Amino acid sequence: MSGVSNVKPLKGDPAPGMVEKKGSSLWLTHVLMLIGIFFVFFPIWLAFVASTVTQEAIVTPPMPLMPGDHFFENYKRALFSGVNIPVTTMLINSLIMALGIAFGKIVISLLSAFAIVYFRFPGKSLFFWIIFITLMLPVEVRIVPTYEVVAGFGMLNSYSGLIFPLIASATATFLFRQFFMTIPDELAEAARVDGARPMRFFIDIVVPMSRTNIAALFVILFIYGWNQYLWPLLITTEPDMNTIVMGIKQMFPSGDDTADWPVIMATSILAMIPPVIVVVSMQKLFISGLVDSEK
Amino acid sequence: MEKRVTFNGWLLPFCLIFPQILISAVFFFYPAGQAVWQSLFIPDPFGLSTQFVGLENFEYLLSDKFYRASFATTALFSTLVTVVSMVPALFLAVLADRLIKGASTYRTLLIWPYAVAPAIAGVLWLFMFNTRVGVVSWYLGQLGYDWNHVLNETEAMGLVVVSSAWGRISYNFLFFFAALQAVPRSVIEAAAIDGARFWRRFFTIVLPLLSPTTFFLLVVNIVYAFFETFGVIHTITAGGPQQATTILVYKVFKDGFVGQDLGSSAAQSVILLVVVGTLTVLQFKFVEKKVHY
Amino acid sequence: MAQVHLENVKKRFGSTQVIHGVSVDIEDGEFIVIVGPSGCGKSTLLRMVGGLESVSEGEVRINNVRVNEKEPMDRDIAMVFQNYALYPHMSVRQNMAYSLKIAKLSKDEIEVKVAEAARMLQLEDYLDRKPKELSGGQRQRVAMGRAIVRKPSVFLFDEPLSNLDAKLRVQMRLEIKELQAKLGITSLYVTHDQVEAMTMADRMIVMNAGFAEQVGTPLDVYEQPQTLFAAQFIGSPSMNILTAQLNGGHATLTNGAVLPVDSALDVAVRVGIRPEHLITDPDGPLHFTVSLAEPLGANTLLHGKLQGSDDAFTANLPGIHRFDAGTETLRFSIDPDNIHLFDAQGGNRLN
Repeated sequence: MSGVSNVKPLKGDPAPGMVEKKGSSLWLTHVLMLIGIFFVFFPIWLAFVASTVTQEAIVTPPMPLMPGDHFFENYKRALFSGVNIPVTTMLINSLIMALGIAFGKIVISLLSAFAIVYFRFPGKSLFFWIIFITLMLPVEVRIVPTYEVVAGFGMLNSYSGLIFPLIASATATFLFRQFFMTIPDELAEAARVDGARPMRFFIDIVVPMSRTNIAALFVILFIYGWNQYLWPLLITTEPDMNTIVMGIKQMFPSGDDTADWPVIMATSILAMIPPVIVVVSMQKLFISGLVDSEK
Repeated sequence: MEKRVTFNGWLLPFCLIFPQILISAVFFFYPAGQAVWQSLFIPDPFGLSTQFVGLENFEYLLSDKFYRASFATTALFSTLVTVVSMVPALFLAVLADRLIKGASTYRTLLIWPYAVAPAIAGVLWLFMFNTRVGVVSWYLGQLGYDWNHVLNETEAMGLVVVSSAWGRISYNFLFFFAALQAVPRSVIEAAAIDGARFWRRFFTIVLPLLSPTTFFLLVVNIVYAFFETFGVIHTITAGGPQQATTILVYKVFKDGFVGQDLGSSAAQSVILLVVVGTLTVLQFKFVEKKVHY
Repeated sequence: MAQVHLENVKKRFGSTQVIHGVSVDIEDGEFIVIVGPSGCGKSTLLRMVGGLESVSEGEVRINNVRVNEKEPMDRDIAMVFQNYALYPHMSVRQNMAYSLKIAKLSKDEIEVKVAEAARMLQLEDYLDRKPKELSGGQRQRVAMGRAIVRKPSVFLFDEPLSNLDAKLRVQMRLEIKELQAKLGITSLYVTHDQVEAMTMADRMIVMNAGFAEQVGTPLDVYEQPQTLFAAQFIGSPSMNILTAQLNGGHATLTNGAVLPVDSALDVAVRVGIRPEHLITDPDGPLHFTVSLAEPLGANTLLHGKLQGSDDAFTANLPGIHRFDAGTETLRFSIDPDNIHLFDAQGGNRLN
């Protein structure tokens, strides 16, 4: 849209002039940056350390700050037995939910954005507003009645119950609408002259041209889906439907028993690996998508 | 804005838009309508029948000292989360922007926490500050400070604020960094020629140019603190001690699912709806205005 | 190959009428240029022929078949757009093959046709590139290629050269003209550039504010402009227009100068004189003061005013002349055959 979104990397810029820092001030910048990163990273590091040591090492404070040698043992225990349910099961559930939400949202919003941008039909603006208003209704706000609806459909403890209520947000539709608006009119006209009917134009031209947006949105939605907490907490009462993010809380014992920290921390690390991989590997795409879409 | 090229016919576009409308109707509008409807009733203790009470649920809520306290808690919580997540992010972004080399490496490292779910963030911070095994609380103990967020309300609030703000630092950093990179170099150089030193330039030129981003992040972070921090609160404090960290969204959940007080929970939902509606309108007003920049 | 007929074609957007009834019969293989200033409705007219805009009134016929209600793809036309409208995610080859693929031609046929078009346009080396890897001129060629692979009955060009730099524009305009002549495909070409119109057209349609002011060959329009607008729009630098009164074979200008004319009328008129038709003549009736001289080498443009008049006046003299701006005065005469007379009210040609 403006300002923030048209960010071009400044690589290949002319040599830093008088405005650039030099010498000691540059070092100071690096040092401050590293301190900042240390604070931001410390919780993750500590979790990793905890996932590689024994329960004894943790419960006799202070726990070590360097990794131990129980990495395989702890992760094997987490993955294949867990506390209530093997973490593998939760990982699979999370994966299905995150992928379902990401794909579902992308497909329905591509379709509806295409209809809104490229067609003139009765009730168009009404539909547009119906979609627009859903922006204002996060699941947390309508949580009880939505739960009742899902329960009424018998979708508790099911993947469809985990996925469907979360896939109709307007943000993706708006992102695609914005993007479609920037596709030159002549392209649609050229396609018409070339003999393409609307759906053919959609599949051959619009969707391939939206690749970058689709990929960026996929990253954002995958993380959105993966990181869901309240919704899976409510509708998955059976442990074998738990997702990993909400399942961790269930691993804490009620009462005064000591938590199985190495396994819990191994699970935390496992829970963050997929989204971190997605974010870091698709960094460029994701950042441009994020900065554009959130506007 | 309209496309010059529009296709005709109504059946095809209707089919295209139908899935989204259907899902919106079933999972958004119907439940939201239900919330409004239920907020006007009180169920009897056995859940067998309900009685229409008009706005009594709202009157009761607004006079309920716990609910009002929850409002105040939410206000404090979201203000703190916003500040604690934005200030360090801006600072780090300014640092990264000063670097020609290495900025992208730092960025790669800094975006990690964004990918971490709030609930997981809660578990990580809980682990560090755990009263029995936490590393940080142990070292604080060595320094003579007895950390106990389970009993101490201020410490509990501090912990949920920091845990919630932590992942947002990454998010805010990305936006500030992008905005800083977009500040035209010529403007900075002009200011430098005018004799302004770094911090002077920062406060008189750069910061005003960042104001659209800052305002955007302000709204987005408040929305985040309001609605997306449930996982943090639930894992760390469960709203305690003595409701000190019971924010509005947590209270809806607690009254609705734990307390089974559907009328009150629905009324709370309606109030939240108004809050989020206002914030969304604010956000869009702003986005609209921004488009003309 | 086809004839195209426009019969009293009108276009309304809501209550605003943008095309006020245009009729023209286009012969098979003709190259027609629609020329006019921006906003005159020339693109709209072209898009109506292409089926991208609906026709509000009147009839468009291609090969004597009414096509008003037909989709673009069913009109057997191809179009070249101003910004080329190449599909950015497809290679040159895919761009050119797209319409053939939709028409369900076999792979081999598509291969042959694309290769042929590529050869004609010297695009063989670029077939696997994406549009963004091509220069402006190459993109322009791809757009042409996409149009010619289908061997349509009619080519439509919508300001296809306006995004190119001046030199390339001259080159491409020759190429387009040659290609069209070789293929013999009836063409409609929209431009705001009167030089393009003059050099490319078999016949041109001069449009202004939704009206076709004149339809004719370039030289017809240049020599016998039918309206004041056509007279001023075609020709560079544009025609000088002076106010005058006719009486008995003479035109008396507002500044008192008297020009001999070939007309026995006795009315108020506008007199049109092309700058290149002025002849320096020590006894000529037009006294001219130079305020600025533009030496172009082959000729010299003189800008200034006629004595006793405040209107800008331009002369175009062959060869190199050196003048002192502001002081130098010249006298011009003009051949009565080169004087254009227009009705002072309606602007229609009188002689």
